Amino acid sequence: MTKQHANWSPYDNNGGTCVAIAGSDYCVIAADTRMSTGYSILSRDYSKIHNCKADKAVLSSSGFQADVKALQKVLKSRHLVYQHQHNKQMSCPAMAQLLSNTLYFKRFFPYYAFNVLGGLDEEGKGCVFTYDAVGSYEKVGYSAQGSGSTLIMPFLDNQLKSPSPLLLPAQDAITPLSEPEAVDLVKTVFASATERDIYTGDKLEIMILKADGIRTEVMELRKTLSECWQHTLSIVLIRISTLGSLCYLELCLKFSCVVNRFSFSYL
Amino acid sequence: MFRNQYDTDVTTWSPTGRLFQVEYAMEAVKQGSAAIGLRSSSHVVLACVNKAQSELSSHQKKIFKVDDHIGVAIAGLTADGRVLSRYMRSESINHSFTYESPLPVGRLVVHLADKAQVCTQRSWKRPYGVGLLVGGLDESGAHLYYNCPSGNYFEYQAFAIGSRSQAAKTYLERRFESFADSSREDLIKDAILAVRETLQGETLKSSLCTVSVLGVGEPFHFLDQEAIQKMIDTFEKVPEEEEGEAEVAAPAEQGGGADGLGDQDVAPMEM
Repeated sequence: MTKQHANWSPYDNNGGTCVAIAGSDYCVIAADTRMSTGYSILSRDYSKIHNCKADKAVLSSSGFQADVKALQKVLKSRHLVYQHQHNKQMSCPAMAQLLSNTLYFKRFFPYYAFNVLGGLDEEGKGCVFTYDAVGSYEKVGYSAQGSGSTLIMPFLDNQLKSPSPLLLPAQDAITPLSEPEAVDLVKTVFASATERDIYTGDKLEIMILKADGIRTEVMELRKTLSECWQHTLSIVLIRISTLGSLCYLELCLKFSCVVNRFSFSYL
Repeated sequence: MFRNQYDTDVTTWSPTGRLFQVEYAMEAVKQGSAAIGLRSSSHVVLACVNKAQSELSSHQKKIFKVDDHIGVAIAGLTADGRVLSRYMRSESINHSFTYESPLPVGRLVVHLADKAQVCTQRSWKRPYGVGLLVGGLDESGAHLYYNCPSGNYFEYQAFAIGSRSQAAKTYLERRFESFADSSREDLIKDAILAVRETLQGETLKSSLCTVSVLGVGEPFHFLDQEAIQKMIDTFEKVPEEEEGEAEVAAPAEQGGGADGLGDQDVAPMEM
């Protein structure tokens, strides 16, 4: 008798991709908003990003969203306990260690969550920590996790990694890019991943952390042709009546960008 | 006369139906320095007198944040108070985790009271020697509760516990009917005035009292020394002028205030 395998799994993969890039005084964390199961879409507007409300630490996780939600709740409670005991908020490196410990605590029934933690360290420099499902973590300059990570990481390596560790000391803990350049890179990278990864798409949520606060941007990711036409037509009808032909021209250009797979920022 | 025979154990009744150990625990509350609580329909203010062991040491922390919407002021054995505050914090966090909503204050005080009751019915335990003024805000409005070592709890519009609290209670009894509609500033002023009553002659300085506020749209937080001093300055100047003191000193508390009220003897510790 061959052993019967379980036809029920406690896990499911809800897909999605998360990316973070650390800069000299900022950190960019981004994730798409598509939540799927198998070949179906569960939601086009589900946020994978969690603001830990620690001193500038934001967690983004892809994988099994039920486990992700539970993990976020546990971190939130542990952070409250820390605040009561120490009378201050957790720093990002402290939160990184806490997350690692929390994940390893469930070493033998893991949280199916692939995490990227981004924030500002105690000196105000950007830091990104990347994890596996059981808590092994590393401080890096940039990272991608999730279904699109295999498409995105090689490109980030190409753009951000120092050329050779033999010639120069490895400087890739902090990217030399400016904040607008990093945000643009993230948008480009997600636009590309959306093309070939079916689990990544719909909208892109970007959080930019700086010393003075957190800013959020939401960007639409590539739609199918028919959706584009519907979108364009509805706007054209409104725009023509309000602002005239110049806007129509702008809109046609935008539409052509989408069709030709350029990043929106090239407009 | 019979007290001494029946007061060794918390599990021994007296012939008159009293548990003396529990009553002795309530005496411990009266030994601590004063803590005062007041509430309006939208805010709760907790204030306490800062007592330091000696001039060299810092004062004891008597007001604790339990959650954004609940705070507690203690009087009595502060070590017991700290332990109970930690328990309250953990209850609040667990409730938030399970129900994704803030813990209603009424539930918290019942948990506390039940915990206190256990210690009155176990021969190997002793009652907690601390009284707690729990102030909080939930869906049904602002609340102020007093938790006894006996395991009883009561809801109050305003209350004071600890040494010389009777003076504060007298003051609050005169004014409590107006508290429900008080503004936030008036409520804080009343709290500071109540603290002044317990000082019985000592000049009121912002370093002598700690004040905390919570309310609608305002999570629990402590008022800083400058804000308290400003409040004190608004009413401390009046007795100074009435006394006809010539010195209009910049720190208002160092002047007429002491001479005016210090004529009476310091009242003996409240029973």
